Parts: sequence; structure tokens; C-alpha cells
Amino acid sequence: MPAPIIPAKEREHIQKFFEEKLVNPVRLVMFTQEFECEYCAETRQLVEEIAQLSPKITAEIYNFVTDKPQAEKYQVDKIPAIALIGQKDYGIRFYGIPSGYEFSTLLEDIVDVSQGESGLSEASKKALATLTKPVHIQVFVTPT
Amino acid sequence: MAVRLAHKMAIESDLVRADMVEAIEFPHLAVKYHVHGVPKTVVNETFFIEGAMPEVLFVQQIVKAVK
Repeated sequence: MPAPIIPAKEREHIQKFFEEKLVNPVRLVMFTQEFECEYCAETRQLVEEIAQLSPKITAEIYNFVTDKPQAEKYQVDKIPAIALIGQKDYGIRFYGIPSGYEFSTLLEDIVDVSQGESGLSEASKKALATLTKPVHIQVFVTPT
Repeated sequence: MAVRLAHKMAIESDLVRADMVEAIEFPHLAVKYHVHGVPKTVVNETFFIEGAMPEVLFVQQIVKAVK
């Protein structure tokens, strides 16, 4: 057993956070491969550890190479990948391990997906309502 | 912040999908999109935002860019 990624103290805090905020179930759909790259193994472990912190969160692990239909279904084209799925697939993906600042992003995203509410301002919601074409946003980050 | 915003936009609109991409793990993409600093936001392969930005500006710039 590898050492836990999320420290015990942090785990308690996150458990409470989820207990207070989560509404609907959330699935963490993770793609890796049999011979895991360093970050693949770590990302899988992270996803599994998070799923242990709330009965409303489940981890689903797929093999990017052999579970092609699933990869296509979730439009996953590289690994490690995490798709956050709530009442529906909102199109939220993490490619690479969400560490440091992006670990908080992942936890907060889980809450948003569970509540099915973006929490954006009225002005932003109005602007987005005018969209007519598909938009693909990729945000590049580095571990902090 | 930029990742959070992009993901919130994906929740808000069925037309939006949003990825966090860890630049060090996907160096070929970092090269492809000329990522020299982070966060760097790539919209539909053609529009770019460098750095962080307040919510309303971020959303408006992206909406304007794809019109």
C-alpha cells in the first residue's frame, strides 16, 4: 500500500466539507492504463482516496487502452484523465494530476457538479446564454 | 482560478466543455499552444488568454471570441 496522498488531518476537513455541501451523487471517472505512468498511478490513488471521503462520491477507473468505448463516450484523448459527472456530463475534465491549487479546484468542482449550479454572476450567465456554437476551453496550469 | 471559471462555464452552458491540462505532463500540447506562462487559456484552438482575469471579463472575452 502506498502512503496516502491526502494527509489524515486534511481528510477529516474534506469529509466535513462534503457532508455539508454535497447534494446529488458525483462520479469521478478516471482513465489510466495497465502500466501506469507515475502521474497515472498517483491520480488514480487520489481519485480513490477522495471517493472514500463521501458516500455520494464514487470512483470509476477505466483502462484507456482496453476500454476504448468508455474513452470515446467521455471524449477522453489523453491520460491521466478525470471526468466529473453529476446528474449529467457537464464537460468537466482534468488532464494530469490536480495537485496544489488545482486540488482545491477539484474539491470545489465536485460540490458545484453535485449541486448542478455554476455559481456564476448574473452577468456571466447572461453572456453564456447567448452562445450558439460549441466552445472548447483548455486551461494550462503547472503544479504549485 | 482560471480552471474553476472554465469549469463553472461548462456547468452553466451545454455548449461549453472545459479541460484542465497540466502542462508538464503534456509537454507536446504546451509546445503546440506556446505555453510559456500559466495559467494560459486556449479557446477553440484559436483564441488565447494569458494569465488570470476577473470572472466577468474572462467569460465575456471567451463569448466574444467565439461569435
